[in-house]
Amino acid sequence: MPALPLDEAGKYVAGAYVVFVALILVYVAIIGAKIARIDREIGELAGEDDE
Amino acid sequence: MYSKGLVPLAWATAVTLTAAFALVFFYAPLDADQGFVQKIFYVHVPMAIVALGGFVAGGVMAIKHLRSGDRSWDMRSYVAIHISIILGFGVLATGAIWAKASWGHWWVWDEPVLVSFLVVVLLYCVYYPLRFSIEDPDRQARYSSVFAIAAGAFVPLNFIAVRLAEAYTHPRVLSQTGGDLPGDMRLTFLVALLGMTLLFVTLWKLELTAKNASMQLKKLRNRARVAA
Repeated sequence: MPALPLDEAGKYVAGAYVVFVALILVYVAIIGAKIARIDREIGELAGEDDE
Repeated sequence: MYSKGLVPLAWATAVTLTAAFALVFFYAPLDADQGFVQKIFYVHVPMAIVALGGFVAGGVMAIKHLRSGDRSWDMRSYVAIHISIILGFGVLATGAIWAKASWGHWWVWDEPVLVSFLVVVLLYCVYYPLRFSIEDPDRQARYSSVFAIAAGAFVPLNFIAVRLAEAYTHPRVLSQTGGDLPGDMRLTFLVALLGMTLLFVTLWKLELTAKNASMQLKKLRNRARVAA
């Protein structure tokens, strides 16, 4: 196939890079939420200990 | 213990990936054959190499687990495989986008590079049901390690088979003669590969930190329950 014109190729290139960035952001968000939950639970546990 | 050096590593990853993407769009020349679409190569191929490397690393860590009996190596192996599978799905998605732009089809079943990578990812998808169907933690770690070693050994074999059988539709990147990439494209590719490797290590350490904290919390809860 001949090379796609820039305007059409741009959509595919943007799509590929968006997939990569989205994948990493979603993963980091999930792990970040997990760490925040653990942090909160440790705080609760420390609070129970103080009582 | 896994969080040591995580922040500078994350910064190094961010800087290297930003530099790589800047090189991709402002430095690397357009490919004479594929034009602008070839820019997908700089995210797709490093991601594939790092994912495959992560599978092999998971196998090596599994060997360390079986040799030492230390379950922390099993956890490291599990996290390496987990991140490699996530990157693997990224490779399949970006590969499909590249295939559509280059060949007019989202998937080409007679292309050995695509199909063999799919086989590897599907093979590793079996790892989760295998691991989580075993309740006893020691047996779980042992069986998972055996799988990780066997599957990790399959990855380079699969790669060699593809190199022998490839239809030359994918550009050769790294070969004994130094590859087909001109210097500026090669530099861009190597920076992207370095960025992707740093990203893998950062995510691996991040997930291990979360898992370690989760285990510590469980221990604290048990201790609090016993004390009460």
